[in-house]
Amino acid sequence: MSQFQKKVDVVRTELVARDVFRLTLMAPEIVAAARPGQFVMVQIAENKDPLLRRPFSIHQASSEGLLQILFKVVGRGTELLAQCRVGEQVSLLGPLGHGFIMGDPGKACLVGGGMGIAPMFFLAHRFIEQSSSAGPRVMPRVILGARNREELEPLVIDFQSLGVEVLAATDDGSLGHHGLVTDVLKKLNLEPESTVYTCGPRPMMAAIHHLCKKENIACQVSVETTMACGMGACLGCAVPMKGGGYRHACSDGPVFASGELLWSL
Amino acid sequence: MESVKVRKDEVDLRVAIGSLELQNPVMTASGTFGYAREFEDFVNLRRLGAIVVKGISLAPRAGNPPPRVVETACGMLNAIGLENVGVERFIREKMPYLSALGVPVIVNILGDSLAEYSQIAERLASVPGVGALEVNISCPNVKKGGVAFGTDPQMAAAVTAAVKQSCQVPVIVKLSPNVTDITVVAKAVEEAGADAVSLINTLIGMAIDLGSRRPLLANIIGGLSGPAIKPVALRMVYQVARAVTIPIIGIGGIATAEDAMEFMLAGASAVQVGTANFVNPRASEDVLEGISAYVRQQKLESVRDLIGALRVG
Repeated sequence: MSQFQKKVDVVRTELVARDVFRLTLMAPEIVAAARPGQFVMVQIAENKDPLLRRPFSIHQASSEGLLQILFKVVGRGTELLAQCRVGEQVSLLGPLGHGFIMGDPGKACLVGGGMGIAPMFFLAHRFIEQSSSAGPRVMPRVILGARNREELEPLVIDFQSLGVEVLAATDDGSLGHHGLVTDVLKKLNLEPESTVYTCGPRPMMAAIHHLCKKENIACQVSVETTMACGMGACLGCAVPMKGGGYRHACSDGPVFASGELLWSL
Repeated sequence: MESVKVRKDEVDLRVAIGSLELQNPVMTASGTFGYAREFEDFVNLRRLGAIVVKGISLAPRAGNPPPRVVETACGMLNAIGLENVGVERFIREKMPYLSALGVPVIVNILGDSLAEYSQIAERLASVPGVGALEVNISCPNVKKGGVAFGTDPQMAAAVTAAVKQSCQVPVIVKLSPNVTDITVVAKAVEEAGADAVSLINTLIGMAIDLGSRRPLLANIIGGLSGPAIKPVALRMVYQVARAVTIPIIGIGGIATAEDAMEFMLAGASAVQVGTANFVNPRASEDVLEGISAYVRQQKLESVRDLIGALRVG
């Protein structure tokens, strides 16, 4: 068994910023199997409306069996999910998909934009655990971007609590660099053996892909698509590939080497 | 009902689809269960009545551009575009696992011409583990063949006859609901030799995003499935049950044992669980357990007592 369908307890709900919520769920089986970049499908309602589960990348998976998802209210499903209260239960399916392929923490650069920051936290955490178990702590580089300080600051503080230095970028300049995460990434002048791990809006990931390609740096992207099942059955989550044809975000991804994907849509 | 034995302490859930005897009436619907292995962590696959796999064509198909799925009220629209690995890869890579399960595998087949249907049927008929073929004449997503075969009774009959001539296994014809009178097509395929019919396939539908003024599917139109279509499906099963004498497999919004048994009352000998698999990957086994509990609780001699037992008037 590597995937589970479980009714789990909601143990904490947080309003992180306006319309941004974090749910903490007690899901030991899923947590034990989870890897950064994987996701869970959350059932929103038991009464068939909304019918389908919603996919969320795993934001954090703790050794105590706690699993977190971070999401912004963008529609009816997330609106209902944001109304979840401590003590209630939700049905989780996961862990699903293939996560990031983790290399040397000292050569890792994590770039998260908006809600794409969610899986980056789990990844940063695992990188730090991995390096501290292998000797002196080596921290990955982290670049986080969002619209403004209100959205970004609480998440920056979370990363800082792990001990990592965060380079911030906001659209309005209210925190860190005034502009795109790509500007910040460019200025870092990463060495060629680096790997960039990224998740965020498609234009951001496309820009990062093109930058990495030019600099000859490996880049792994976590993509987001609509999907019905999350486990390779519905084939709804088609991702166009560079060489033609499609692969599936849920079972082949959601993480892909950026060079495999078709970016010029 | 000879070849499948029932133990003393178990309820009799056996049903027959032509010469194919099933240990129970619960199948999975094509296109909602992958090639079954995807569900092995959730379902004891060996318990299912039959496994119906993703529609297979002669050559592999890449499918439609995204977005391919969109949620609607109590349902979903899909325009996957019949993406599949093609018959040769299916036989080589998927059948060994499937045939080892010991459950009849029903292969859903599709083609763009009569010759293609014949060829694929011939190729699959001799593969060990293939218990029956389900002929997809009703998929609304591919412009070339699907729609014409499913909506024209003569073409539907011609496909049925072509497949029948090409194989020895039972042939189930999956009917499209996107017709004026489904009983006409049902009778036509029965006359052409179909061993059973399964219904309904998805209803053609559409969803629009007001903000962008664009369709929500790249294909613009797609097939509606899920609980939203159950009343339509029940009605069509009821009508077809009164028009033909071959067994009917009921499909359309079945998520619970209650749903399944309603289809049996309307005249279905077996059922397929479809979209529910996406929400609850254990749905097929849940339906099976619910039917079993009902038959025991109602002290029925057999689940077959439910078939067509609707009280009217």
